[in-house]
Formats: sequence, C-alpha cells, structure tokens
Amino acid sequence: MRRFARLHPWWSVWIAIATLVLLYLTFAIWPPWLIGLIGKKKLFLNSLFNGITLGSLYFLIASGFTLIFGLMRNVNLAHGSLYMMGGYIGYLIGDWTGYWLLAFPVAFMVVGLFGVILQYFVFRRMEGEDIRQTLVTIGISIVLADIMLWAFGGDFYNISPPSWLSGPIETIFVTGVKRSSGDLIYLKYPLVRLAIFAASLAIGLGMWLAINRTRIGMLIRAGVDDRDILSASGIRVQFVFVAVFAFGAGLAGMAGVVGGTFQSIAPGEDIRFLLASLVVVIVGGMGSIPGAALGAVIIGIAEQFGSVYFPTYAVVVTFLIMVLVLAFRPTGLLGRN
Amino acid sequence: MAQVVTTETTPQSRSMFGRIPAAYWLFGAFLLVLPSFASNFVMYQIFGWSFILGMIALSLMFLAGYGGMFSLAQMTVAGLAGYVVAICGTSAITDISQNWPWYVNIPAALLIAAIFATVVGWLAVRTEGIYTIMITLAVASAFFYFTRQNYVLFNGFSGFNGVFPPQLFGVDWRHPVAFYYLSLFWAAFWYFAVLYVSRSPMGLALQGIRDNPRRMSALGFDVTAHRVAAYTFAAFPAAIGGILLTWQSAQISPGTAGVGPVIDILVIAVIGGLRHPVGPFVGAFVYVILKSFSIDILVALGLGGERFQLLIGLGFLVIVFWSPDGLLGLWAKLRDLHRRDPLIGRLVRRL
Repeated sequence: MRRFARLHPWWSVWIAIATLVLLYLTFAIWPPWLIGLIGKKKLFLNSLFNGITLGSLYFLIASGFTLIFGLMRNVNLAHGSLYMMGGYIGYLIGDWTGYWLLAFPVAFMVVGLFGVILQYFVFRRMEGEDIRQTLVTIGISIVLADIMLWAFGGDFYNISPPSWLSGPIETIFVTGVKRSSGDLIYLKYPLVRLAIFAASLAIGLGMWLAINRTRIGMLIRAGVDDRDILSASGIRVQFVFVAVFAFGAGLAGMAGVVGGTFQSIAPGEDIRFLLASLVVVIVGGMGSIPGAALGAVIIGIAEQFGSVYFPTYAVVVTFLIMVLVLAFRPTGLLGRN
Repeated sequence: MAQVVTTETTPQSRSMFGRIPAAYWLFGAFLLVLPSFASNFVMYQIFGWSFILGMIALSLMFLAGYGGMFSLAQMTVAGLAGYVVAICGTSAITDISQNWPWYVNIPAALLIAAIFATVVGWLAVRTEGIYTIMITLAVASAFFYFTRQNYVLFNGFSGFNGVFPPQLFGVDWRHPVAFYYLSLFWAAFWYFAVLYVSRSPMGLALQGIRDNPRRMSALGFDVTAHRVAAYTFAAFPAAIGGILLTWQSAQISPGTAGVGPVIDILVIAVIGGLRHPVGPFVGAFVYVILKSFSIDILVALGLGGERFQLLIGLGFLVIVFWSPDGLLGLWAKLRDLHRRDPLIGRLVRRL
C-alpha cells in the first residue's frame, strides 16, 4: 500500500477522498440538503448493498473464469453455461432433498466433473491454439444452452432458501430518524444476501490463501507466469490444468446455485452472466483474482446504482467503465503487462 | 510437413478473363439466370438471406482471416446501419423516423457505421487475439442492451417496423426478383472488393501484421493504423448487409443484433472458412439451408423440430474440431486427396 502511495500520489489522494465520502454516506445521518440532492438514504444504502452482493456473485463466476484464463490462456465462453448448469442442478437437488446447503457441494462436484471432462477430452487436444479453443467453447455453450432448454423448458426456476435464512434482518446502518419520537431507523436487509456475501468473501479469502500459501497455489502462480518452464521443471502440468479447470467450473456451478437463490434461472441467463464475467475480468485485469474481486464489486455497484439512479442508461454506465479502463489501462486495473 | 504444391503456370498472353476457370463462369451464369426458374421463396428467403448474412460474415472473415482479429461486433455494425436507415428514413414509427430521402439516409448509415466500427476497432486493437473476442462481444452485448432500453432513439424492445427500401427507378426493391438481384449485386461487389483489397499493398501489409506484428512494425509499418483501417473497411460490407437485412424483413429490433445473431455470424464465417472470401457465403448458404429446413432434418432424425440450435452447435463443433479451415478446408483436403500421388504422398499436377 505504501509503495502504491509513493508511486501514484494523486491516485492515492483520490481513492482516500472517495473512501471517506463513501464512509460518510454510509454511516452518517443524512442532512436534508443531501436527501434533496440524491434522494433517500435507504435507497442509497439498498443499492450499495445490492451492488456489493451482486458483485460477490459476479466474483464467484469471474474468479473461475479468470483463473482458467490466467493459467491455460483459454477464454472459456462456455462459463455462463456452466453457471446455468449449476443453477439447474441446484434446483433439482433442493427440490428433491429439501436441503438448500446440499445443493452447493453437489453443484460444485457435478459441474467440476464436467469441467474435468471438458479439459481432458477437448481442450487438452488443442493446447496453445487460443482461438480454436475459444471457438470450441462457443460451440459448447450453444449446444449446452439448447440441451438445457430442451430439458427444463423456458420457465423461470427459483431455488428457495431455507426458512432460517429467509426474511430481512435489521442491520446496524441508520437510514434516518423518526420524526415523531426521534428514534433511529435501521436498515432492514435480506439475510440470505448477507450470507451469500459472507460466503463469497470466505471463498475469496480461501482462494487467496490457497494461491499464496500452498504448494498447488505455487504451481498455479508459476504456471500463470510461464507454463513452459513449469512443465520443463518436471511438474505434471496437465494435472494442474485439470484441477484448475475443475475448480473454476465448480465455482461457476456453485455460483449458479447462488444466482438461482437470489435471482432466478432461465434461458438467457447464461449469456447474461458470461457477459458480466467478461466485463468484470476486462475491468479487473485478466488472469488476476484480486482484479476479479475489484472488478466484480465495481461492476456490481455500478449496475445497481445505474439501474436506480439512471434506469435508462444502466448498461451504458457499466460499458463506459469498461471503455475507460480499456482506454487508459488496456490490461485492466490490476492486470500485468 | 513439407508439401510440394505445384502452381498452375498460365501463359501471360491469355487475357484476364481467360484465366478464370470455366466453372466460375458457369456458376456466375447460374446465379444470374436463377430467377427464371426458382420460386420466390428460394430467391428471397434462401439466396437473398444467404447473400446478406454472407456479406456480414465476409466483414468478419476479412478481419479474422487477413488481420487475425476475431471481431464479434460486425453484426452490431450491421444492426447499427439498419437502425440508422430506420431512424433517418421512413418507418411505421413516425414519431422517431425523420423521413429523409434515401440519398441522405443510406450514406448517413454507412458513415455512422464506419465511425462506430473505427471506434470499436481502436478499442479492440489495444489488445490482441482472444482479448479481441472478449471486448467485441462485450461491445456487441452493450449495444443490444442499450437499444433495448433506449426508447428515445432506438424505440426500445419493439424497434422499428415498416422499413421499406426506396422505390428507386420505379422498381419495387422488395419484390423477390429485384431483391435477389440487389443482394446478389452487393454480395458480388463486396466479394470482389475484399479479394482486391487482400491483394493490395494494404491487404498484404495486414496479412503481414497478422503473421508477425513485431516484424512489420520493425519494417516501418504502423501496425495500429493498419488494424484500425481494417475495421473501418470491414464496416462497409457489414453496413450494406445490415441495411439489406432491415429491408428484407422490413423491421429492425434489438434482437436483430442480439448476442445470438452475433455468435451466428461467427459460426457462419468459421463453418464456411476464413481463408478465402467465398467461405462466408458458403457458410451462410449452409446456415440458411439448415435454418430453413432444420425441422425436416430434425424430424427425420427423430428429434423435435425446434432443436435447430443443437444442430448448428454440433455442426460448428464438428467443423472446429476436425477442419479448422471450415468447409473450404474440407474441400481443399478432398481435392488434394484426389491429386496426391499414392507413392510419394505429394501433390502432383495432372496433365
């Protein structure tokens, strides 16, 4: 952090000011002129939290995408289909067994297994041919989307969370003061969204620890830097590839369960989330997991604020962020050259 | 593997036209006289649509085949041109359409499409290879969502209907025969234009950049400028295709340039083959045939009639897997098989 501040003093100042403003907006009781300027605090806090939780869902999807890309140079455009597959599997499991929590490991394992099959039988055969791999993933996503449409039809599927997670919870954030009694009004927020945020935070931290502190993480980092040297030094790099692909695919499958819980699963969602993870990864920096986290939060918040404050141009806000990042930092915010 | 490919030696005395093989003449004549025996459906829906999709895929083929840039935004460029024609020209949405004459709105459409493509190209060429696919896909989907949400200019979800071609020279250009010749003319025009540009200094430089950007840069070529210029040039066949597509269905809506059609254009170009400008047209013809008759094919296979996407997806996978050069590559392989000498395994020229 100190190094960053020394290298980019102006940026640090701007980031510090933005953080302070955000902290003030989150914790202070808004004076009337501020409410007159940008509307009620409840709306602001809700869209901020929705943005962060949406960002955590994006992070779950994009981190697998960026991991696969960073290590194997494989732009997996079937990632959205893996997400949707996980959502449907989660729905089936939740419907059959009634255990919401069981849906996560099952979706993770089934979709991860599918990822193993893809990596072992398809992508291993065309290693080093980036464009061809990408084209194959497009073909796979077309086929998977149609098979899932065939099997599940065009209906919306919603995975219902268990009763102990449903309903709103009172948080510590003040939205205003009651005019009659002077009591503080606290923000109520759906518990399941908070749980999902906490879970993706845990997964993100776990991934960071696994990548920076374990042996397999060391292999992955070495592979991202130079996979030829890694395989030349006697590592069976194909195993690492299969493991990473399975893990990334499994994460997408798990994200499908999350997405099916707090939104819904329907045809077309695969493309929506594929695009979201593309934009997240482009903004954050391709191949970088902290970048995926940063990009996911930025895009999630931008999308929510966009849809609340400028409903017609919500997409344009997201897109503008992408264009600005590309114009000034083509490798993404945290990407390396 | 080293291959000996013997080139056809042609006497320089033969004229330019004499060097074109007879089969090409026959095929051209066939396309010209097709309206005398084909039904309206075949002319308008099969051939007209193939030419249009072929033109849009041709612009992708130009970028991908000669420039190594897989731009998924070409359908978006086409869609934008169609939108401009609907907004500036006449449509059933009289609140928005400006009713400008055709000699204003068509150049406007081409110009705006070219500017848009240049900006997209400028953004996309900052990165390379697979990154280009990601960025152009993001651009294409942003355009789709934007047109779907914007009601002031793009009329949102429903788009524009009643967009008809102008009654130029007293001809109804939506009549199957007239439309067939119109789309044939433009398809042929852009086919030869792309062929010409690919052999011009600009096209050769572009192919050099595709093969080794660093070396071309060292030779003094401006790599970025050539790539952006390629995007600008490729905007024109796509824009013409987009305008014709709008006239053919008399409507344009966000779905015209949605993510599905964007991917379809890539599928068409890859199925046909990215080596030669004829590839996109072959791919488009196969795609249109499959799309028009998929119900019969699927029912014959014992599947439901609506599994078209499955069919096209599997076909695409098969092509990418076994013949990266598309149907053209398959054709070349078959031809070489026939020409290959069974003993030495090399290509020989039959006398």
